[in-house]
Amino acid sequence: MSNLATSARVVGALGARSIRQTFRRPQLISPIVVFPTLLLAIQTGGAGAGIELPGFPPVQSFLQFMLAGSMMQAMMLAGNSGGIAFAVDIEMGFTDRLFAAPIPRFAIVLGRLAGTAALGLFASVWFLAIGLIFGAHIEGGVPGALLAMALITASAIAVGGIGAAIALRTGSASVVQGLFPLVLVVLFLSSAFFPQELMVEPAKTIAQYNPFSFIVEGVREPIIAGIDAKQTLEAMAAIAGIILLGLVLSARALRHRLRVG
Amino acid sequence: MEAIAATPPAWRANLATIAAMMVRAKNELVRVPGAAIPGVLAPTIFFLGLNGVFGGLIHLSGFETTSYESFIVPVSMLQGAGFTGAAAGVNLARDYEQGWVDRLLVSPAPRWVLLTGNVLAASLRAFVPATFVLTIGFFIGVQWPGIDGLLVCYLMVAAMAAAAACWGSMLALHYKSQSAAPLMQAGTMALVLLTPAYAPLALLQPWLEKVAEINPVTHVIEAARQGFVGEVTWADTWPGLLALAGLLVVLGSLALREMRRTNV
Repeated sequence: MSNLATSARVVGALGARSIRQTFRRPQLISPIVVFPTLLLAIQTGGAGAGIELPGFPPVQSFLQFMLAGSMMQAMMLAGNSGGIAFAVDIEMGFTDRLFAAPIPRFAIVLGRLAGTAALGLFASVWFLAIGLIFGAHIEGGVPGALLAMALITASAIAVGGIGAAIALRTGSASVVQGLFPLVLVVLFLSSAFFPQELMVEPAKTIAQYNPFSFIVEGVREPIIAGIDAKQTLEAMAAIAGIILLGLVLSARALRHRLRVG
Repeated sequence: MEAIAATPPAWRANLATIAAMMVRAKNELVRVPGAAIPGVLAPTIFFLGLNGVFGGLIHLSGFETTSYESFIVPVSMLQGAGFTGAAAGVNLARDYEQGWVDRLLVSPAPRWVLLTGNVLAASLRAFVPATFVLTIGFFIGVQWPGIDGLLVCYLMVAAMAAAAACWGSMLALHYKSQSAAPLMQAGTMALVLLTPAYAPLALLQPWLEKVAEINPVTHVIEAARQGFVGEVTWADTWPGLLALAGLLVVLGSLALREMRRTNV
């Protein structure tokens, strides 16, 4: 059997394990459902009058506008949860056994990211379903919904790569868990919850350059207006950049982990 | 006839037990200061984040202030109190898992004394995130609420932390596991944010307006906020005090019931 086929089998097996593990442990899946859903309800109810502000983009409702932000929040928490699960594997010695096996090292990380991708996909379906149940329209129709789901799933892999790198570097679940507040900082400093033009300085300027703003706009556009090639490409470029960063950090962290044991 | 050593009156022993439990909580804070960081960081991030994101809402007609940071700072202080109270529940669950609660339960201290020690410790600890958030707030332009406004706000913070600690303790004693932590945190977060936290009642969506009208914490938020957005009045203070008294009676009774049900 060729090396590529072997690697694909390993990624498939580890990915299936990671997906099963994710959906079996309520502590991994509940943060990506409970907190973003609670915040979606509170922010939609509390700041919904914001759509009357001059300069707010034309939307059917604030819920429709907020769906992309909630998906982003859940996706980032999914990346964090994936990192925690990976760190738990390291703490329990499971990863050491994989390192000793005759399998490519990158397959170990890719296998873990499959679980994170599944969580990302679940998050996007969850929030699209909530939006539809509570009356939000998906202006881009089925293709728009599929695009939003694809972008969120790809973003989960990108963010999960950074989570995996931190897990590999530190080998500590509590350190990865401690990054939770950082998720909120990154989101508040992006256009996830409000149009960037209406935000207050310095958040407004930071949001302009935050790569997560490009992703959230790419996810939001098919929901509030329809598929827009420019914003989709910008979102894909931002995701690619984060994936590249995750790859570099993971490779370095993997080398460090193999050196220190 | 031999003299029998006088035993201290029960109330004095109870006070000493409560004080000892509060000192233990203080020692935890001093010896492991890193453990307090998430409880301080979360409301601070929310405060700065909400101000940056939703600050433009003050341009809507119906807002009673021109400073969104002043409007939102008491919410973040109360959110910090909620997180601190929930953390008291998580710590109690940890103590249960490690066998410390068993040792307390076989002591001659009444159950209500053990609960009071845990709850009052949370009240005092809540001053740490509240003061941190307020200090950051003053740096970015929060209006001075006056001594009376500050006192009312801190009173609300302390009592809110006590109510949240009762909620957390009730869940900790019911589930006897730290895995109930998300429920403790989500409960206090919902209680604090399903109020006119982001905008005045009139600007909320109809469903949230209805929820906020029956949520007792709405009165707590409005009492804590009054000094930051206007004058402190008795009319805006007493509903907050009454709401907190009600929450403490209900949640305290439920926590005490769970504590009485807990067997060694």
